[in-house]
Amino acid sequence: MKILWILTMKELRDGFRNRWIAAAIIVLGILALVLSVLGSAPTGSIRASELDVSVISLASLSVYLIPLIALMLSFDAMVGEFERGTMMLLLTYPVTRWQVIMGKFLGHVLILFIAILVGYGGAVVAMTLVTGSSAEGWQAYVVMMASSMLLGAIFIALGYLVSVLVKERATAVGAAIGLWLVFVVLYDLLLFGALTLDKDQLIGQHLFSMLMLISPTDTYRVLNLSSFEGVSEAAGIAGVASEAGLSGILLVSAMLLWVVVPLAGTLLVFQRREL
Amino acid sequence: MPMTTPITTRQSVISLDAVSKRYGTETVVSEVNFKIRTGECVVLVGHNGAGKTTLMKLMLGLTRPTSGEVNVLGRNPAAGTAVTQHKTLGYLPESVAFYDAMSGREVLAFYARLKGVTNRHCEHLLESVGLVDAAKRRVGTYSKGMRQRLGLAQAMLGDPQLLFLDEPTTGLDPGLRHQFYELIDTLHKKGATSVISSHALNEVEARANRFVIMKAGVMIASGTLDELYLQAALPVRLEVSVAPGEAASVAERLGSNINIAEIGNKTLRLSCFNGDKMPLIRRISNLGDVVEDLQIMPPRLDEVYSHFMNGEPS
Repeated sequence: MKILWILTMKELRDGFRNRWIAAAIIVLGILALVLSVLGSAPTGSIRASELDVSVISLASLSVYLIPLIALMLSFDAMVGEFERGTMMLLLTYPVTRWQVIMGKFLGHVLILFIAILVGYGGAVVAMTLVTGSSAEGWQAYVVMMASSMLLGAIFIALGYLVSVLVKERATAVGAAIGLWLVFVVLYDLLLFGALTLDKDQLIGQHLFSMLMLISPTDTYRVLNLSSFEGVSEAAGIAGVASEAGLSGILLVSAMLLWVVVPLAGTLLVFQRREL
Repeated sequence: MPMTTPITTRQSVISLDAVSKRYGTETVVSEVNFKIRTGECVVLVGHNGAGKTTLMKLMLGLTRPTSGEVNVLGRNPAAGTAVTQHKTLGYLPESVAFYDAMSGREVLAFYARLKGVTNRHCEHLLESVGLVDAAKRRVGTYSKGMRQRLGLAQAMLGDPQLLFLDEPTTGLDPGLRHQFYELIDTLHKKGATSVISSHALNEVEARANRFVIMKAGVMIASGTLDELYLQAALPVRLEVSVAPGEAASVAERLGSNINIAEIGNKTLRLSCFNGDKMPLIRRISNLGDVVEDLQIMPPRLDEVYSHFMNGEPS
């Protein structure tokens, strides 16, 4: 346990040292502030709370941004240390391979947690203080922050899997970009295309729910845009999740699975790896 | 382990039994056997690509043998359970790399925490490798020699019982080399065992109990220095100083069945096999006053080494 903590703290310190955390906080914070300010304009007509609108716009953008930040944080984690030779030395210390991976994971997840907490959290606090608007609907905002962290953890784990599988850093960069494109852009594009073409409604409610659960980014979207009444009304997709039979627990479980499986895969590959 | 016990009666801490390692079709280590006992300092000698580094990685459990068995401190080092032994182990990889963004002190402190070593010990080590002044600087700005010194410091953390040093003195200036060997000696006096790889034979000569000579993945010789001399059976050279102008006549008087390398005016260079050495010396001393001086030069270590490396029949 002590070893795990030492490794976690090392990653966290690295995050502070190379200004990763600072950069992520600034990006997320500015994004949240801008969206909150812009988002407060149209609320009058549909009488949605300002926070609800913020959740919708932030969640929509987080789907792109959080996986990107997480992958940038993680793609180098294994292959970088293999290439430099620091992994070899580290493994001659009293550390097991699962401790190395879990230590890195916890460290990187903490970095992202801090960035989201301070960036998104700080922005909403600043907003309510400055404009004096009500904090109505804060639960949805909290869920948005928590699920953003979970989304980040998923792509950190996926980044590790890429990082442990490839031979060179350059390949890891390419693979990480590919991963981002598939999950953030292509999957939705294909799904949207299929739904548009699907005039005979072959894609039924069940299949659609499954397709939403398969992609972690879509799971995240459904979780945020439909879990609260105010939000889903404002987003115009009221009842999608309940009709699709997707409960909050199911959505969160699907996302957790997306953390556990790539992480286990990384460990499995790493255990067999010879240095 | 008290150093008074003869090495040959001590327990072996490392044993390799018919160990081979192949990467694809390339054989890097082939059927290597040796044992290393407690307190020994064994030097792996060989050119680049002879398999020294792979042997170290096998003993460290970083790689698994394709066939054969490696045993370190009674365990298979590649098994997950061997990790608990790593507290008593120190390793300096060839061309060591660190986390460049951290300072020298931070790097050492990080490794020290993993081994459960105190900060005071770290400072002491920084001092002994001469890095106190540079301890605050980022490792990324260090020169090769400074990295090597930091590498030595981390290998010494926690007074390891078992040291693996891969080309430890590359990039170190002579003064530091000396200091480095003193550090190793201190650890040895405490009973530590060390495995050092090197191609600078002369330098490690005095420190090593035993040599393992590797060539293209095959162990071509092993033993103490004396044993290697015997195995190589290289000629001993003698230099005889005689009265001016007498060299040729002395050579004649010594007889025809000796190997004369050079006849000068005042000096005569001869060579003979170790077994013929004493009879020849007696014959020379019987020549009387004409012989002014006699120097006997046993084969140098690098000659022994190149003998094995070039695979000359012995």
